[in-house]
Amino acid sequence: MNNPYLPYPVRIESIVTETEDHNQKTFKLVFLRPEDEAKFVYMPGQFAELSVAGVGEVPIGIATSPTEKGFISFTVNKVGKVTSHLHNMEEGEIMGVRGPMGNSFPWDVLEGKNVVIIGGGFAFTTLRSSIVYMLHPENRSRFGDITVVYGARSPGLLLYKEELAAWERREDIRMHITVDATTDPNWKYNVGFVPAVTKEKAPSADNSYAIICGPPIMIKFTLPVLTELGFPPERIISSLEMRMKCGIGICGRCNIGTEYVCKDGPVFTLAQLSRLPNEY
Amino acid sequence: MSEIYIAKDKFPSVLGQLMGKCPVFGPVLQGKFHEFGRLERPEDVDLGYGNTRLSPKALFHPQAEKMFDFSLSKGDPEAGILKETPKDFRPRVILGIRPCDARAFQLDDRNFDTDSVRDPWWVRRRETTTLVGLACNTPGSTCFCTSVGTGPFDKTGLDVLMVDVGEGYLFQASTKKGEEFLAGLSAGEAVSGSVAEKADALKKGAEGSMGTQFSVDAIVQNPTLDLFNAAFWDEVQFSCINCGTCTFVCPTCWCFDIQDEVYQEKGSRIRLWDSCMFPLFTFHGSGHNPRSQKLQRVRQRFMHKLKYYPEKYKGGVACVGCGRCVRQCPVNIDIRHVARLMSASCVCPT
Amino acid sequence: MQGYTQRIREAAKRLLAEKKVDVVMGFRKGTIPFMNEPFLAKSPEQVDQLLWDGNCGINLANYLSGRKDRIGIVAKGCDSRNIVVHLLEYQIKREQLYILGAPCHGMIDGRRITEELAGKEPLQVEEENGRIRVSGKGFEESFDRKQYLQENCAICMHRNPVVYDELVGDLVEEQRDVDRYADVREVEGLSPEAKWKYFEDLIAPCIRCYACRNACPVCYCPTCFVDESRPQWVGKTVDPTDTRTFHFLRAYHVAGRCTDCGACERACPVGIKMRQFTKKLEKDIKEMYGYEAGVDPESRPPLDTYRPDDPRDFAK
Repeated sequence: MNNPYLPYPVRIESIVTETEDHNQKTFKLVFLRPEDEAKFVYMPGQFAELSVAGVGEVPIGIATSPTEKGFISFTVNKVGKVTSHLHNMEEGEIMGVRGPMGNSFPWDVLEGKNVVIIGGGFAFTTLRSSIVYMLHPENRSRFGDITVVYGARSPGLLLYKEELAAWERREDIRMHITVDATTDPNWKYNVGFVPAVTKEKAPSADNSYAIICGPPIMIKFTLPVLTELGFPPERIISSLEMRMKCGIGICGRCNIGTEYVCKDGPVFTLAQLSRLPNEY
Repeated sequence: MSEIYIAKDKFPSVLGQLMGKCPVFGPVLQGKFHEFGRLERPEDVDLGYGNTRLSPKALFHPQAEKMFDFSLSKGDPEAGILKETPKDFRPRVILGIRPCDARAFQLDDRNFDTDSVRDPWWVRRRETTTLVGLACNTPGSTCFCTSVGTGPFDKTGLDVLMVDVGEGYLFQASTKKGEEFLAGLSAGEAVSGSVAEKADALKKGAEGSMGTQFSVDAIVQNPTLDLFNAAFWDEVQFSCINCGTCTFVCPTCWCFDIQDEVYQEKGSRIRLWDSCMFPLFTFHGSGHNPRSQKLQRVRQRFMHKLKYYPEKYKGGVACVGCGRCVRQCPVNIDIRHVARLMSASCVCPT
Repeated sequence: MQGYTQRIREAAKRLLAEKKVDVVMGFRKGTIPFMNEPFLAKSPEQVDQLLWDGNCGINLANYLSGRKDRIGIVAKGCDSRNIVVHLLEYQIKREQLYILGAPCHGMIDGRRITEELAGKEPLQVEEENGRIRVSGKGFEESFDRKQYLQENCAICMHRNPVVYDELVGDLVEEQRDVDRYADVREVEGLSPEAKWKYFEDLIAPCIRCYACRNACPVCYCPTCFVDESRPQWVGKTVDPTDTRTFHFLRAYHVAGRCTDCGACERACPVGIKMRQFTKKLEKDIKEMYGYEAGVDPESRPPLDTYRPDDPRDFAK
């Protein structure tokens, strides 16, 4: 019997510090055994448990897209026991990955639709995965317009800066990068909070779905904007965070009402969430 | 399905033979309380017990068990790679388990053994265990199994049901595993009409003594958000001290934690019982806690058992009416009382 | 104790009606024998649920920590002592409280009576004239109340509340010639090996549910040391080392603060007698500092005071 608690051993191929506060690092991981990589079949929006023997596990969204082969990446915010330990690890070290876990963004539903991606701060990881996935030559024609609003407190706190710049230059994706404030005279993008920028850029709700990930305060103030723009709750999609252990819907801690965030989520539509107890 | 009768004076030798073939677990008096334990001698088992202090769930889901071992030794090429901890999965018999406790394992199967994920330890233990239950001729005053879909003579979760008919035991197999178990017992006699009649009368008497204490259907019909926002939780939660007693003694509470423990250069990943009563259960690394308040945790326990579970699995409740939480709660929070509040036709919001 | 119930209800009704308090904390009838439930009456209509008998053993001071409202609270001797500890440790303000003092006759040890019944299940319990009448299906037995008190109640020397605003019954005569530490001396007399084994056996059944800690009125730390996760001081399994660490450290943390109210033992689902730890420390505190927890609202616990004339070298 396959043991769903047993992590696949992986090697840390590279570690990139993403933000100027050094709190975000991206770990590029390579499977030690090719058969494990073959089993790790995922879609954007899913997550995995990163495992460090002797320290524990932590659930982190997968930042790579399944179109990127040979490795998987995770951008880890340094906050708790396991993530702090990960930040002190070095390239070449062995750790574990268990997954993929959870549902993904509803790619079958999104096919043929315009997709508006709204992200804030370090919650941009599975959104990056989604953008890379949609922009892949094999996939791009399956989706309509792609609009991205991505904000951070300051330029130095944006993730994936080089990729953002590259996407800015493309014709097949509309980028609205913003920061809350900056003193950088060379800053050439937007200044303002994500809700305000979303309102200003006013992406059309016509045949569109919105995927929104970010800090609770950003989500709270962006939802009314989306509603005003005409997005019904069924077409607003978000991804939740919750304390998790098993990641496979067994250990019992991450429920919101009947739903386990790790297995039935982490992706829910606003319509689904409105039917659940407000306990997250 | 087959049935046999074994006289009580012959039972110890039958049990002795069985113990020679495989490990047998049963209710054993430990200090002042009965607990399930491995039988060393036939006389260890005490079938005159009411209910064990702790439920027998630890036989399938130990309070703490190693999942994996690993080395952290610098020179070890396998350092940091988790290896499954070897375990004993020999076939075994659990004898004298109460029908309610056995039913609890079936309810938990829906969590541990699903179409998409199978918990390997739970599944293997379930597969290799034969459950030989003991009917309750005299249910206790805190028992309410008949209100939650099981009963003192319920065979549903068992391979074999034993009935104490006075001079001996009637054994009734209800599964293939149970048939094989009976076939392996020596000294079995054919069941006489009077034994069958006696067992039937005991069953009727036990079930008749219990009645229905609340309506599970009424709870299921009340909308989730109405129940969630009900005013009564404030009163229910006041006395709770947020210990884990109710969840630890409960046969259906399965929630667990996973922890790594290290000693020098060796370590293990361990899983251990956890409790929704503990604030740490849902405490995010960021400091946020979706259930930071006692009311939220108390509500979660009852909602999970009586509302979320039936809704998620389309039937049943995650309670078998064993009454342990009722008896053991240090402050007398009584699930029967809470269930009655939850089943009221109108649940008033806060 | 007959009559307490009526007077508690009258006082509660008055206090709530006159808006002298926001809530009244007491007990209501339990759903099983030997058990009442702590209850918070919020309106005069609810006060008729309040009652008093020998099954009100839970220490209500435990429910005071951090409350901001004005509270009427029914307090027997030990509850009142824990109210004093709470006042000394700034967990509640005196002006928030209206204490209904309940001179105590000791609480009933329902477990011991149940054991005496040898399998017969108690369904009804009544107290009358110093007797406890227990009945169930086809039996009725009577017990001498004095002989079946909780162990801590049997040796209690502060049955009258040490602080109160009004009494709900006449003061009782305090027990005088009580040997509080006979069992402690017995353990003290053991060899180190025998002592170790004694305590190992004592806590062997522990399931780490923390009922003892959570029932304890002086265990109110926002984060208990066993719940700290960064760093995690104590393992969470039932490994003997971790279980031991929990019980030892908890006992030391309540040294000089424990009033021997017995809440811990009463709450323990597996019958651990953890007062064997706390009583030893209570004895030490008494011998070294002449201090009894929660008796005097004016004197601070010895372990949070410093005096230049402390006889111990380490303080110099």
